[in-house]
Amino acid sequence: MLDLLNLGLAGYIAFFLATALSYSILCLGLNLQWGQTGLFNVGVAGFAAVGAYTSAILTTPPSDMHFGGFGLPIVVGWGGAMLVSAAVTGFIGLATLRLRSDYLAIATFGVAVTIQLVALNAQWLTGGPFGIGFIPRMFGGLAGNALAFNFANLATIAVVVLVLYLALERLVRSPWGRVLRAVREDEEAATSLGKSPARYRLQAFVLGGAIMGLGGAVQAHFIGFIAPENYLPTLTFQVWTMLIIGGSGNNLGAILGGVVIWALWALSGSAIQAIFPPEQQARAAALQITGIGVLLSVALILRPRGLLGEKIIVSRHMDLADTLAPPASAKAE
Amino acid sequence: MHETGAAPPDGRRERTQERPVLAADNVVQRFGGIAAVDGVSLSIGRGEIVGLIGPNGAGKTTMFNLLAGAMSPTAGRVLIGGEAVEASPAHRRITLGLGRTFQIPKPFPNMSLVENVMLGRQNQAGERILPNWIMPGRVAREEKETYDKAMALLDFVTLTHLARQPAKVLSGGQRKLLELARVLMADPSIILLDEPAAGVNPSLLEVIIDRIVEINRRGTTFLIIEHNMDMIARLCSHVFVMATGKLLCEGTPEAVAADPRVIEAYLGGGHLL
Repeated sequence: MLDLLNLGLAGYIAFFLATALSYSILCLGLNLQWGQTGLFNVGVAGFAAVGAYTSAILTTPPSDMHFGGFGLPIVVGWGGAMLVSAAVTGFIGLATLRLRSDYLAIATFGVAVTIQLVALNAQWLTGGPFGIGFIPRMFGGLAGNALAFNFANLATIAVVVLVLYLALERLVRSPWGRVLRAVREDEEAATSLGKSPARYRLQAFVLGGAIMGLGGAVQAHFIGFIAPENYLPTLTFQVWTMLIIGGSGNNLGAILGGVVIWALWALSGSAIQAIFPPEQQARAAALQITGIGVLLSVALILRPRGLLGEKIIVSRHMDLADTLAPPASAKAE
Repeated sequence: MHETGAAPPDGRRERTQERPVLAADNVVQRFGGIAAVDGVSLSIGRGEIVGLIGPNGAGKTTMFNLLAGAMSPTAGRVLIGGEAVEASPAHRRITLGLGRTFQIPKPFPNMSLVENVMLGRQNQAGERILPNWIMPGRVAREEKETYDKAMALLDFVTLTHLARQPAKVLSGGQRKLLELARVLMADPSIILLDEPAAGVNPSLLEVIIDRIVEINRRGTTFLIIEHNMDMIARLCSHVFVMATGKLLCEGTPEAVAADPRVIEAYLGGGHLL
């Protein structure tokens, strides 16, 4: 990414925000699964990889280096990414969602590692270690003008985030979202009230997986190149940190967390480059993950709700009532 | 609707002879080699308040879970309104009119009281994904109704002032009341209460007893597991006594308390009443 040097500050900010918001998409997907439903999915990287590879295969020109290259429009790639990710999540969900918290975590972690290994080794399908290049970039025609290119991408990704945010808010604040939280809080009690936990867990898992797939696809088309090492557990760790710091259970928090943590990540990367001599930089990069881990631990101790935590009352249609009778009007007891 | 018995205190009624709303027929539940419930049959008539008592380890909670659908029996049948339901999943019970509370209350701790109660409503269009998009008007109307009814129920259980607080702030007794409001939201015809008096301070217990009587007066049937014999005597027209997985005897609270077998089962517990 040497061309970044020629971007100028405005261009860099656009590039930075576009990248950060692409992480926010992944974070929104995780928020539906974990924040709302309490599904301990530590396989985020795997579902992002499925989306990225699906969209790449659908949209790249025909190639001998990997499967297909179908040359379809980017929008088709995105739709395909969501569908395939949803199908993969649904399949995995049917097999694993009866597992409780930490067991689900182990299972999803294993799935993500498996997906990454498939990406690395199934060369006929994914290009193996060489990855997939020449992924059509949004507004590729503007590539000559880095500033315009980054702003156009930022605008597009921002619109995707906005649409997802509005759609998710509608769902999360609906009676459907209320059941998700009930399942998260107490499955047995939810069952006694006639809700089928298995059904709601699967729905949230699949929908979250589709969103993660879209996030992976959006990133792939922004950067133009994907490779298996993009989808190591580090990615899962980053997205989890984004959600916890931003505020689990709050969609705005998920978006904010993506931006804040990506900023810290980028800053710490630059700091390492500035501080350490070149021959030490590869090893010093481990400090980035360590630093984020420490930050996560401190946040969990000092502010477990995150920057924007979940609200006590989430359901819509009750906003009007908020302004009515204050507690004072209630009967004294 | 129901004839009220002449003598008994509080809400007690005579046993009804109608077709039972809830029945167990020779129900068995084995855990490994142990039969926690070993061939129990009982039946509960419409509008009754019935007690289930017995010493610790008698199999009451297992029996309760079998009736509530939390587990399905190794053998035997469970009938709600004459329909065999022992094989249907737990979340179907409430649609058949059977609601329950928990021995250790299970509120949704990080959700407001009013949303806790709103979750009790059955058949909400908005609980499916698509209607939130294709019929938002209907969802909004239902939500308004659900909200109003939930607030009325919170008023009924004297928790209105906490409606917008998260349920985790409640005391043990208040949690019992919240569970009662939550299950009432589903308009069940029969409610199973698991130790409603346990850990509840005396003044709140009076509220709980009073509310049970009031709900029962409107036609709802109750089955109550309870160690508080005073409460059982005040509320129940009929009591089943379990010991070591079997039904030991049944009858009015007074008759049961005087039964030598019952006294013996309680390990020489002496006077029950």
